[in-house]
Amino acid sequence: MTDGDDPGGDPPPAIPVPRPRSCFLSNGAVESTQENWRGIAVDPDADRSRAEDTDPAAVARLRARSRALLRNLLHPHRRQLAVAVALLLIQNVAGMAGPYLVMLGIDRAIPPLRAGDAGPLAYIAAAFVVATVAEYTARRGFLVRSARIGQAVLLDLRRRVYRHFLRLSVTFHERYTSGRMVSRLTSDLDSIGELVGGGIDSLVLAALSILSVAAILLWLDLPLAAVTLLAFPFLFWLSRWFARTSAVAYRWTRDSIALVIVHTVESLRGIRAVQAFRREPRNQRIFTRVNDDYRRASLHAFQLIATYSPGVKLIGNVTIAVVLCYGGWRVLNGHAEVGVLAAFLLYLRRFFEPMQELSQFYNSLQSATAALEKLAGVLDEQPEVPEPARPVPLPAAESGRGAVAFRSVSFGYHPQAPILRGLDLDIPAGQTVALIGPTGAGKSTIAKLLARFHDPNTGTVSLGGVDLRDLADADLRQTLVLVTQETHLFGGTVAENIRFGRPDADDAAVAAAAKAIGADEFITALPDGYATQVHRRGSRLSAGQRQLVAFARVFLADPAVLILDEATSSLDVPTERAVQRALATILRDRTALVIAHRLSTVEIADRVVVLESGRIVEDGPPGQLVHSDGRYAALHRQWLDSLS
Amino acid sequence: MPAEVDGYPGPTTGRHPLDSLWRLRPYLRPYAPEFAWLFLAGLAAVGAGIAVPLVAQRVVDGPVARQDPAGLFRLAGLALLFGLAEAVLIFIRRWVQSSSSLGIETAIRADIYAHLQRLPASFHDRWQSGQLLSRLTTDLSAIRRFLSFGLLFLALNLVTYTVVVALLIRLHPVLGLVVAVSAIPLFLLARRFARAYHAASRRMQDQQGDLATLVEETAQGLRTAKAYGRGPELAARFAVSSRALHDTAVGKGRLLADTSARLDLVPNLTLGVVLVAGAGAAAAGTLTIGELVAFVSLQLLLIWPVQGLGWIIAGGQEAATAADRIREVLDTPVAILDAPDAAAPPRAQLLGRLRFSGVSFRYPGAREPVLREVDLTVEPGETVALVGATGSGKSTLLSLVPRLHDVTGGHLTIDGYDVRHLQLATLRRLVGVAFEEPTLFSMSVWENVTLGRPDAGDEEVRAALTLAQATFAYDLPWGLATRVGEQGLSLSGGQRQRLALARTVLSRPALLLLDDPLSALDVHTEALVEAALRRALPNTTTLVVVHRPATIALADRVALLEDGRITALGRHSDLLATVPAYRALLSAEPGPPAGDPAPNGLVRS
Repeated sequence: MTDGDDPGGDPPPAIPVPRPRSCFLSNGAVESTQENWRGIAVDPDADRSRAEDTDPAAVARLRARSRALLRNLLHPHRRQLAVAVALLLIQNVAGMAGPYLVMLGIDRAIPPLRAGDAGPLAYIAAAFVVATVAEYTARRGFLVRSARIGQAVLLDLRRRVYRHFLRLSVTFHERYTSGRMVSRLTSDLDSIGELVGGGIDSLVLAALSILSVAAILLWLDLPLAAVTLLAFPFLFWLSRWFARTSAVAYRWTRDSIALVIVHTVESLRGIRAVQAFRREPRNQRIFTRVNDDYRRASLHAFQLIATYSPGVKLIGNVTIAVVLCYGGWRVLNGHAEVGVLAAFLLYLRRFFEPMQELSQFYNSLQSATAALEKLAGVLDEQPEVPEPARPVPLPAAESGRGAVAFRSVSFGYHPQAPILRGLDLDIPAGQTVALIGPTGAGKSTIAKLLARFHDPNTGTVSLGGVDLRDLADADLRQTLVLVTQETHLFGGTVAENIRFGRPDADDAAVAAAAKAIGADEFITALPDGYATQVHRRGSRLSAGQRQLVAFARVFLADPAVLILDEATSSLDVPTERAVQRALATILRDRTALVIAHRLSTVEIADRVVVLESGRIVEDGPPGQLVHSDGRYAALHRQWLDSLS
Repeated sequence: MPAEVDGYPGPTTGRHPLDSLWRLRPYLRPYAPEFAWLFLAGLAAVGAGIAVPLVAQRVVDGPVARQDPAGLFRLAGLALLFGLAEAVLIFIRRWVQSSSSLGIETAIRADIYAHLQRLPASFHDRWQSGQLLSRLTTDLSAIRRFLSFGLLFLALNLVTYTVVVALLIRLHPVLGLVVAVSAIPLFLLARRFARAYHAASRRMQDQQGDLATLVEETAQGLRTAKAYGRGPELAARFAVSSRALHDTAVGKGRLLADTSARLDLVPNLTLGVVLVAGAGAAAAGTLTIGELVAFVSLQLLLIWPVQGLGWIIAGGQEAATAADRIREVLDTPVAILDAPDAAAPPRAQLLGRLRFSGVSFRYPGAREPVLREVDLTVEPGETVALVGATGSGKSTLLSLVPRLHDVTGGHLTIDGYDVRHLQLATLRRLVGVAFEEPTLFSMSVWENVTLGRPDAGDEEVRAALTLAQATFAYDLPWGLATRVGEQGLSLSGGQRQRLALARTVLSRPALLLLDDPLSALDVHTEALVEAALRRALPNTTTLVVVHRPATIALADRVALLEDGRITALGRHSDLLATVPAYRALLSAEPGPPAGDPAPNGLVRS
């Protein structure tokens, strides 16, 4: 591994995390083969949101954004915050009153007591009790309130980030990976939680006592106070050093813990492949590396605070010694009173003591800011497939809301590799179109464009005559559903998974959908029938059974336009046939785009479109195409041969 | 849909709450000298910190009063020395603390990960990955925080408390005992708090795990959620879980607030008692006023250790429940592991005869077995296709061979070796599996393909990719160094399947298990892959799950799996002719349409 300032190494760094220029990091000599396991991402921003760039201007911008985010988060709680600070002040005053009352008692109450008068002592004791109760109440109130504010802010932030993740496009998630999303919503929020957990009181109290003590010092003895204030340039310089280095260090810890999480999530998800291919030792080596990288990142950050905090202490202690010397000398020369020096020294101690707490708070703040930056970066990410500001409503059901049109659509996942070039395709409402062609022809891309997982580079895709970019997401999804080969089952029961298609459906509707699609038989045979938990990603259901559940789901959703992308690939032939029979019934008055490698699926199509290298090469009713001497006819022959 | 709750066993009860934390002590052992040093440094720093004001006081009372400049500079020098010492000691303590606590955290994390990799598929089916993940991150941080601060301050505060109380008793036995007795309510409060907080802390950690699970699941199901426009529902579901976490956290905050305010009350009230009693004693002449002042000043030193007590206990409880959760994983025995006398026969000796005799299998917790008394022999070099209806147990049967699951009855042998008596590494090197769903990792294509053979050379990789018709990988922007996006979803289904097939072929198995390996390929590519497989694997024993008649061309014989049993075995054409159930599964003709006057022929048009 090379340091950030090492000019060597021509391949792009495999792990583009910021490397602080520091002596702590130069000991990682790892062989290059291990370095490359992650491969080179096609997108240079693969490991971060776009707002997170390494150039100084971007860093400053993101920092400003994260501060703005913090202000925005705290804004609704400003009244409660003011109450909390007031309670804190009451607690503090009451706390100070205790020792003062004790001294008062000793000075004023003992002589009368000697004379047999217990009155003053009783008054003072009563005042003491009042102060103690006030302190107890204020402290309790403050702590409860600050916990509430802190947790409310965390809750708000967590939900905001989650909702934003849902809005971001499939492309974003593909490069960002789920592990990193988990990291942002758990680990990063945890480190912000540590700040809100115990931050406010130390900040307020420290600031308060530093200010008040500084005033007292200036009032007590100006020259001595001036000497004390000499400590400030040093404190300032030290804090600036810490601010700079720790910002970089904590950013590094956020990035490295994300890698630990990404690697763990993927290893656990692919555990069958890991074990079957004896991947464990290599995984363990990679884990050891990311784990150690996180350790070193944290160690670096901890060592910075381990230097900063005693550094502050050192400045304070040296100042005390200097004041002691200078003050004593002034008293010796008759420029100051002994009492003033004694008082000065006592207050000086209370001046530098809170600085420790403040440095601790500053540390938590730096750590939380690094996490907040990551979240601000995510929130700053613009959805590549945005919701329209002024959505256009779909035409009424009768007037062809199921009509689909592609107008000179060009699209490629990477600009240099276009997949579709000027595609034109019209599907009238109610037609079932089979899309066939070799692997990589762009069939799935058409499906994804129609489902608006991506927007075309040029041209338009429209539904019911409305450009998809002008449709409200809710309208689009209610009208059109894409079912792919990868069927995802969410945690919960089988019934809940089917109900995902229409959340307000009752149990009877769910069962009817399953029955219609032929999934009823296997579901009722499950241990708890429809109430069976599907568990982690449905690992107890076979791939075919999951496809059946997905079909019941789409049957229940009952969209006007249905896109099936290899949705029956894992079904056995009779089951597939049953599904097709059910589909034939529902597709009779719906628009459908069916992609399948098996021509058996074409059975239910009104029209066949043959795609090659992103272009339509044949288009017509299957009965007609099969007799022409084209690609479909050839495919059909090949398919018939394969059956025998 | 609520997050499922049966992913983990409930809180472990009946043991001492600190038991799990105590059992992590082997991780502390390598750092025992460091911990001793940092404790000493911590103590010394406290001492030096107390010494500075004492010296300052001495300056005021001594040289300044006596007009002695030399003495002034000597004492000021001493104060400087103590001040330097305090800073240096704090520096040492924090520095040592960082490296040792992080070292411990990292070591535990590596061990949990290693254990997770060894635990069988059935464990991972049962546990939510978010719960496992939160143990590796959030829980370990709680332990690290306790080790680096809580433990040390607990010890330092106890020492401070004891020393101060001893000094107080020496100063005035009666008043000193009053202060000593105040430790009893402190202890009772602390104990009650610890119990209540223990439960809350566990609940919070479990909820954090649930939330992590929910987030991961959202990321996994993002396409489905988008396809149905179910973002609002997912957000609502997340809102419920995050609200539950919020409520627990607020409850924890309230507990802490109550207790720490109460804990604070104790030294304050004691101070009041001392004031009244002390004033009485002073009035009676049994105590000088100077002694009373000294007593009270000393007693004020107790306030800080007591104030910190609430937080220290809270941190300790969090570490304890975190340790419980970690032990739950580490204590799960690895069910599938090398037998003590496991054999590792050299590859050359093995022909690859795969034999199932009376094999039964039932998933843990399931009532019905998936496989019942399966008997099947695949001869060396033979290809047997496994055919069965959706959910008939075909994939489960395959997963038994590399011991992703262990049979629950009967024997599974390779060349006469029971798979349970082969070393796992040997067995899994012999067996190559291509799963139904191609599992790709977000790593380079190279890394994905060489998963089972990290030492493979360029030529071998090229050959495997060529065989699987996956040479498209060379045309990716960075060739084989291109990172495949998450789960390889930026590739098409067919591309992923071909990469997974290349991976399986590259591992040069003696036994090839293919689970519907060509389902996502078009007819043309499928034919090419089939032809290549035939050429490349003449001597490889192959068991292949097949849904389509086309792929059956690969097989020498076909086995029909029905309801967990093999009900027919033979050549494709024979079975087609004689077994109606087989014909129903694989016949190309559409079955008689049940009461539906539907399409005659291929197309409805």
